[in-house]
Amino acid sequence: MATSTDRHPLFIPLVLVGGLIFGFGLGYSHMARPEVVLNFLQFEDFGLLFVMFGGAAVTGIVFFVMPRVLDRAPLTGDPFERRLKSFDRNVLIGGAIFGVGWGLSGICPGAAYASLGIGNVTILWALAGMFIGAYLQGWWRSRATDGVDPSPTGAD
Amino acid sequence: MVADPVPLQLAAELFPNGISRYAIGGLFVGLGAAVIYVGTGISAGASTFLESTLSYVSSQSRFQQYVASRDWRLVFTLGIILGAAVYAVVYQGGAWTTDVAWWRLLLGGLFVGVGTRVGKGCTSGHGVCGVGSASKTSLAGVLAFLLVAILTAQVVAALGVTP
Repeated sequence: MATSTDRHPLFIPLVLVGGLIFGFGLGYSHMARPEVVLNFLQFEDFGLLFVMFGGAAVTGIVFFVMPRVLDRAPLTGDPFERRLKSFDRNVLIGGAIFGVGWGLSGICPGAAYASLGIGNVTILWALAGMFIGAYLQGWWRSRATDGVDPSPTGAD
Repeated sequence: MVADPVPLQLAAELFPNGISRYAIGGLFVGLGAAVIYVGTGISAGASTFLESTLSYVSSQSRFQQYVASRDWRLVFTLGIILGAAVYAVVYQGGAWTTDVAWWRLLLGGLFVGVGTRVGKGCTSGHGVCGVGSASKTSLAGVLAFLLVAILTAQVVAALGVTP
Protein backbone atom coordinates (compact mmCIF):
# COMPACT_ATOMS: atom_id res chain seq x y z
CA MET A 1 0.00 0.00 0.00
CA ALA A 2 1.22 3.46 -0.86
CA THR A 3 2.58 5.55 1.95
CA SER A 4 2.13 9.29 2.07
CA THR A 5 5.67 9.93 0.81
CA ASP A 6 5.58 8.08 -2.52
CA ARG A 7 1.95 8.74 -3.28
CA HIS A 8 0.69 9.89 -6.65
CA PRO A 9 -0.60 13.51 -6.48
CA LEU A 10 -4.00 12.35 -7.77
CA PHE A 11 -4.39 9.67 -5.07
CA ILE A 12 -6.19 11.84 -2.51
CA PRO A 13 -8.34 13.71 -5.09
CA LEU A 14 -9.47 10.38 -6.54
CA VAL A 15 -10.39 9.03 -3.10
CA LEU A 16 -12.39 12.21 -2.50
CA VAL A 17 -14.27 11.83 -5.80
CA GLY A 18 -14.93 8.15 -5.08
CA GLY A 19 -16.25 9.07 -1.63
CA LEU A 20 -18.46 11.78 -3.15
CA ILE A 21 -20.09 9.33 -5.56
CA PHE A 22 -20.39 6.70 -2.81
CA GLY A 23 -22.01 9.19 -0.41
CA PHE A 24 -24.31 10.57 -3.09
CA GLY A 25 -25.47 6.99 -3.72
CA LEU A 26 -26.17 6.43 -0.03
CA GLY A 27 -28.18 9.66 0.08
CA TYR A 28 -30.05 8.94 -3.15
CA SER A 29 -30.88 5.38 -2.08
CA HIS A 30 -32.26 6.67 1.27
CA MET A 31 -29.89 4.34 3.13
CA ALA A 32 -28.80 7.39 5.14
CA ARG A 33 -32.25 7.30 6.78
CA PRO A 34 -32.40 4.74 9.61
CA GLU A 35 -36.18 4.49 9.20
CA VAL A 36 -35.81 3.10 5.67
CA VAL A 37 -33.32 0.46 6.82
CA LEU A 38 -35.59 -0.52 9.72
CA ASN A 39 -38.51 -0.83 7.26
CA PHE A 40 -36.41 -3.30 5.29
CA LEU A 41 -35.52 -5.34 8.36
CA GLN A 42 -39.23 -5.50 9.25
CA PHE A 43 -40.08 -6.71 5.70
CA GLU A 44 -42.01 -3.55 4.85
CA ASP A 45 -39.77 -2.39 1.97
CA PHE A 46 -37.25 -4.66 0.27
CA GLY A 47 -35.51 -1.82 -1.59
CA LEU A 48 -32.28 -2.23 0.39
CA LEU A 49 -31.56 -5.44 -1.52
CA PHE A 50 -31.28 -3.39 -4.69
CA VAL A 51 -28.78 -1.08 -3.04
CA MET A 52 -26.48 -3.76 -1.69
CA PHE A 53 -26.61 -6.10 -4.67
CA GLY A 54 -26.73 -3.26 -7.18
CA GLY A 55 -23.55 -1.91 -5.64
CA ALA A 56 -22.00 -5.39 -5.52
CA ALA A 57 -22.86 -5.94 -9.19
CA VAL A 58 -20.91 -2.82 -10.17
CA THR A 59 -17.89 -3.67 -8.03
CA GLY A 60 -18.12 -7.29 -9.19
CA ILE A 61 -17.76 -6.28 -12.83
CA VAL A 62 -14.88 -3.89 -12.06
CA PHE A 63 -13.09 -6.43 -9.84
CA PHE A 64 -13.39 -8.94 -12.67
CA VAL A 65 -12.35 -6.67 -15.53
CA MET A 66 -9.51 -4.58 -14.09
CA PRO A 67 -6.95 -7.38 -13.43
CA ARG A 68 -7.45 -8.45 -17.05
CA VAL A 69 -6.93 -4.95 -18.43
CA LEU A 70 -4.09 -3.57 -16.30
CA ASP A 71 -1.26 -5.19 -14.35
CA ARG A 72 -1.15 -2.55 -11.66
CA ALA A 73 -3.29 0.33 -10.39
CA PRO A 74 -2.07 3.58 -12.01
CA LEU A 75 -1.98 5.68 -8.80
CA THR A 76 -0.43 3.17 -6.39
CA GLY A 77 1.31 0.51 -8.47
CA ASP A 78 -0.60 -2.06 -6.40
CA PRO A 79 -1.93 -5.19 -8.11
CA PHE A 80 -5.68 -5.47 -8.66
CA GLU A 81 -6.89 -8.01 -6.14
CA ARG A 82 -10.29 -9.15 -4.98
CA ARG A 83 -11.39 -8.30 -1.46
CA LEU A 84 -10.76 -11.64 0.22
CA LYS A 85 -10.53 -11.78 3.99
CA SER A 86 -9.65 -14.92 5.89
CA PHE A 87 -12.59 -16.73 7.41
CA ASP A 88 -12.68 -17.53 11.10
CA ARG A 89 -15.16 -17.56 13.96
CA ASN A 90 -14.80 -13.77 14.37
CA VAL A 91 -16.53 -13.16 11.04
CA LEU A 92 -19.70 -14.76 12.41
CA ILE A 93 -19.38 -13.42 15.96
CA GLY A 94 -18.60 -9.89 14.77
CA GLY A 95 -21.28 -10.13 12.11
CA ALA A 96 -23.85 -11.11 14.74
CA ILE A 97 -22.81 -8.24 17.05
CA PHE A 98 -23.00 -5.84 14.10
CA GLY A 99 -26.42 -7.29 13.28
CA VAL A 100 -27.73 -6.47 16.75
CA GLY A 101 -26.56 -2.89 16.34
CA TRP A 102 -27.86 -2.57 12.79
CA GLY A 103 -31.26 -4.01 13.76
CA LEU A 104 -31.52 -1.77 16.81
CA SER A 105 -30.54 1.50 15.15
CA GLY A 106 -30.96 1.04 11.39
CA ILE A 107 -27.52 2.52 10.94
CA CYS A 108 -24.23 1.19 9.55
CA PRO A 109 -20.92 3.07 9.26
CA GLY A 110 -21.05 4.40 5.67
CA ALA A 111 -24.72 5.31 5.94
CA ALA A 112 -24.05 7.09 9.23
CA TYR A 113 -21.44 9.38 7.65
CA ALA A 114 -23.82 10.03 4.75
CA SER A 115 -26.62 10.74 7.22
CA LEU A 116 -24.58 13.59 8.63
CA GLY A 117 -24.34 14.92 5.09
CA ILE A 118 -28.12 14.98 4.62
CA GLY A 119 -28.37 17.19 7.72
CA ASN A 120 -29.24 14.51 10.26
CA VAL A 121 -27.40 15.87 13.31
CA THR A 122 -29.21 13.35 15.52
CA ILE A 123 -27.00 10.69 13.92
CA LEU A 124 -24.09 11.98 16.03
CA TRP A 125 -25.44 9.68 18.76
CA ALA A 126 -24.81 6.69 16.50
CA LEU A 127 -21.39 7.97 15.43
CA ALA A 128 -20.42 8.46 19.06
CA GLY A 129 -21.54 4.90 19.78
CA MET A 130 -19.51 3.54 16.86
CA PHE A 131 -16.32 5.26 17.96
CA ILE A 132 -16.81 4.07 21.55
CA GLY A 133 -17.45 0.53 20.31
CA ALA A 134 -14.43 0.55 17.99
CA TYR A 135 -12.28 1.92 20.81
CA LEU A 136 -13.44 -0.72 23.29
CA GLN A 137 -12.74 -3.42 20.74
CA GLY A 138 -9.30 -1.98 19.97
CA TRP A 139 -8.46 -1.59 23.64
CA TRP A 140 -9.45 -5.17 24.32
CA ARG A 141 -7.50 -6.51 21.33
CA SER A 142 -4.45 -4.40 22.16
CA ARG A 143 -4.40 -5.89 25.64
CA ALA A 144 -4.76 -9.39 24.20
CA THR A 145 -1.85 -8.95 21.80
CA ASP A 146 0.47 -6.81 23.92
CA GLY A 147 1.29 -9.74 26.18
CA VAL A 148 0.43 -10.77 29.68
CA ASP A 149 1.13 -7.46 31.40
CA PRO A 150 -2.32 -6.31 32.46
CA SER A 151 -1.28 -2.72 33.15
CA PRO A 152 -2.11 -0.35 30.28
CA THR A 153 0.93 0.68 28.28
CA GLY A 154 -0.60 3.66 26.51
CA ALA A 155 -1.04 7.05 28.12
CA ASP A 156 -4.56 7.49 26.81
CA MET B 1 -61.86 -0.59 -11.44
CA VAL B 2 -59.42 -2.81 -13.23
CA ALA B 3 -56.95 -4.52 -10.90
CA ASP B 4 -53.23 -4.30 -11.63
CA PRO B 5 -51.60 -7.43 -13.00
CA VAL B 6 -50.27 -9.68 -10.25
CA PRO B 7 -46.57 -8.78 -10.74
CA LEU B 8 -47.37 -5.09 -10.31
CA GLN B 9 -49.43 -5.73 -7.19
CA LEU B 10 -46.61 -7.76 -5.73
CA ALA B 11 -44.07 -5.05 -6.59
CA ALA B 12 -46.26 -2.45 -4.90
CA GLU B 13 -46.36 -4.58 -1.75
CA LEU B 14 -42.67 -5.44 -1.61
CA PHE B 15 -41.48 -2.02 -2.82
CA PRO B 16 -43.94 0.63 -1.61
CA ASN B 17 -41.46 3.36 -2.61
CA GLY B 18 -40.65 1.86 -5.98
CA ILE B 19 -37.24 0.48 -6.86
CA SER B 20 -35.59 3.23 -8.90
CA ARG B 21 -34.24 5.21 -5.93
CA TYR B 22 -32.70 2.04 -4.50
CA ALA B 23 -31.33 0.69 -7.77
CA ILE B 24 -29.90 4.01 -8.94
CA GLY B 25 -28.50 4.81 -5.49
CA GLY B 26 -26.95 1.34 -5.27
CA LEU B 27 -25.29 1.77 -8.66
CA PHE B 28 -23.75 5.03 -7.42
CA VAL B 29 -22.50 3.33 -4.24
CA GLY B 30 -20.85 0.64 -6.34
CA LEU B 31 -19.50 3.23 -8.77
CA GLY B 32 -17.88 5.19 -5.92
CA ALA B 33 -16.08 2.09 -4.69
CA ALA B 34 -15.18 1.19 -8.31
CA VAL B 35 -13.62 4.60 -9.03
CA ILE B 36 -11.27 4.19 -6.06
CA TYR B 37 -10.46 0.61 -7.03
CA VAL B 38 -9.67 1.44 -10.66
CA GLY B 39 -7.22 4.15 -9.64
CA THR B 40 -5.65 2.56 -6.59
CA GLY B 41 -6.46 -1.16 -6.39
CA ILE B 42 -8.00 -0.53 -2.97
CA SER B 43 -11.40 -2.04 -2.20
CA ALA B 44 -12.54 0.48 0.37
CA GLY B 45 -14.89 -0.20 3.26
CA ALA B 46 -16.43 2.44 5.48
CA SER B 47 -15.93 0.92 8.93
CA THR B 48 -12.11 0.86 9.07
CA PHE B 49 -12.35 4.66 9.30
CA LEU B 50 -13.41 4.21 12.92
CA GLU B 51 -10.18 2.48 13.94
CA SER B 52 -7.92 4.44 11.62
CA THR B 53 -9.23 7.74 12.98
CA LEU B 54 -8.81 6.55 16.56
CA SER B 55 -5.08 6.16 15.80
CA TYR B 56 -4.83 9.98 15.79
CA VAL B 57 -5.85 10.14 19.44
CA SER B 58 -4.97 6.76 20.92
CA SER B 59 -1.68 4.93 21.22
CA GLN B 60 -3.36 1.53 21.60
CA SER B 61 -1.35 -0.92 19.51
CA ARG B 62 -4.46 -2.18 17.71
CA PHE B 63 -4.97 1.17 15.98
CA GLN B 64 -1.37 1.73 14.89
CA GLN B 65 -1.64 -0.63 11.91
CA TYR B 66 -3.95 1.96 10.30
CA VAL B 67 -1.61 4.95 10.57
CA ALA B 68 -0.54 4.60 6.91
CA SER B 69 -4.12 4.67 5.62
CA ARG B 70 -5.75 7.02 8.10
CA ASP B 71 -5.41 10.19 6.02
CA TRP B 72 -7.05 8.84 2.87
CA ARG B 73 -9.73 7.14 4.95
CA LEU B 74 -10.51 10.53 6.47
CA VAL B 75 -10.76 11.99 2.95
CA PHE B 76 -12.98 9.08 1.85
CA THR B 77 -15.35 9.76 4.74
CA LEU B 78 -15.39 13.50 4.09
CA GLY B 79 -16.27 12.62 0.50
CA ILE B 80 -19.18 10.46 1.69
CA ILE B 81 -20.51 13.31 3.85
CA LEU B 82 -20.14 15.84 1.01
CA GLY B 83 -21.68 13.50 -1.57
CA ALA B 84 -24.71 12.96 0.65
CA ALA B 85 -24.88 16.74 1.16
CA VAL B 86 -25.00 17.20 -2.63
CA TYR B 87 -27.97 14.81 -2.69
CA ALA B 88 -29.61 16.78 0.14
CA VAL B 89 -29.20 20.11 -1.66
CA VAL B 90 -30.23 18.89 -5.12
CA TYR B 91 -33.02 16.40 -4.33
CA GLN B 92 -33.96 16.59 -0.66
CA GLY B 93 -34.45 20.35 -0.45
CA GLY B 94 -32.99 20.90 3.02
CA ALA B 95 -31.89 19.02 6.10
CA TRP B 96 -33.59 15.82 7.18
CA THR B 97 -33.42 14.40 10.71
CA THR B 98 -34.35 10.99 12.05
CA ASP B 99 -37.08 10.22 14.56
CA VAL B 100 -35.31 7.09 15.83
CA ALA B 101 -34.70 7.50 19.58
CA TRP B 102 -31.24 8.71 20.62
CA TRP B 103 -30.63 5.73 22.88
CA ARG B 104 -31.28 3.32 20.02
CA LEU B 105 -28.74 5.19 17.89
CA LEU B 106 -26.14 5.29 20.65
CA LEU B 107 -26.56 1.68 21.77
CA GLY B 108 -26.89 0.43 18.19
CA GLY B 109 -23.82 2.41 17.18
CA LEU B 110 -21.86 0.81 20.01
CA PHE B 111 -22.72 -2.70 18.81
CA VAL B 112 -21.94 -1.64 15.23
CA GLY B 113 -18.56 -0.27 16.35
CA VAL B 114 -17.59 -3.50 18.09
CA GLY B 115 -19.18 -5.86 15.57
CA THR B 116 -17.79 -4.46 12.32
CA ARG B 117 -14.28 -4.45 13.77
CA VAL B 118 -14.47 -7.98 15.17
CA GLY B 119 -16.20 -9.21 12.01
CA LYS B 120 -13.71 -7.60 9.55
CA GLY B 121 -16.20 -5.45 7.69
CA CYS B 122 -19.58 -3.83 7.35
CA THR B 123 -22.31 -3.35 4.77
CA SER B 124 -19.90 -1.66 2.35
CA GLY B 125 -16.75 -3.70 2.96
CA HIS B 126 -18.41 -7.12 3.12
CA GLY B 127 -21.73 -6.24 1.49
CA VAL B 128 -20.60 -4.28 -1.56
CA CYS B 129 -16.87 -4.95 -2.09
CA GLY B 130 -16.72 -8.43 -0.52
CA VAL B 131 -19.83 -9.74 -2.25
CA GLY B 132 -18.57 -8.12 -5.46
CA SER B 133 -15.40 -10.17 -4.99
CA ALA B 134 -17.50 -13.33 -4.54
CA SER B 135 -15.70 -13.76 -1.21
CA LYS B 136 -17.10 -16.65 0.83
CA THR B 137 -15.99 -14.90 4.02
CA SER B 138 -17.96 -11.79 3.09
CA LEU B 139 -21.03 -13.80 2.07
CA ALA B 140 -20.94 -15.50 5.48
CA GLY B 141 -20.50 -12.13 7.19
CA VAL B 142 -23.40 -10.59 5.28
CA LEU B 143 -25.64 -13.56 6.03
CA ALA B 144 -24.74 -13.36 9.74
CA PHE B 145 -25.45 -9.65 10.16
CA LEU B 146 -28.52 -9.69 7.93
CA LEU B 147 -30.22 -12.52 9.82
CA VAL B 148 -29.38 -11.15 13.26
CA ALA B 149 -30.41 -7.61 12.23
CA ILE B 150 -33.79 -8.85 10.97
CA LEU B 151 -34.32 -10.79 14.19
CA THR B 152 -33.30 -7.80 16.31
CA ALA B 153 -35.51 -5.33 14.42
CA GLN B 154 -38.49 -7.68 14.64
CA VAL B 155 -38.02 -8.16 18.40
CA VAL B 156 -37.60 -4.42 18.98
CA ALA B 157 -40.75 -3.71 16.96
CA ALA B 158 -42.66 -6.48 18.77
CA LEU B 159 -41.70 -4.87 22.07
CA GLY B 160 -43.51 -1.76 20.84
CA VAL B 161 -40.45 0.49 20.54
CA THR B 162 -41.26 3.20 17.95
CA PRO B 163 -39.61 4.84 16.30
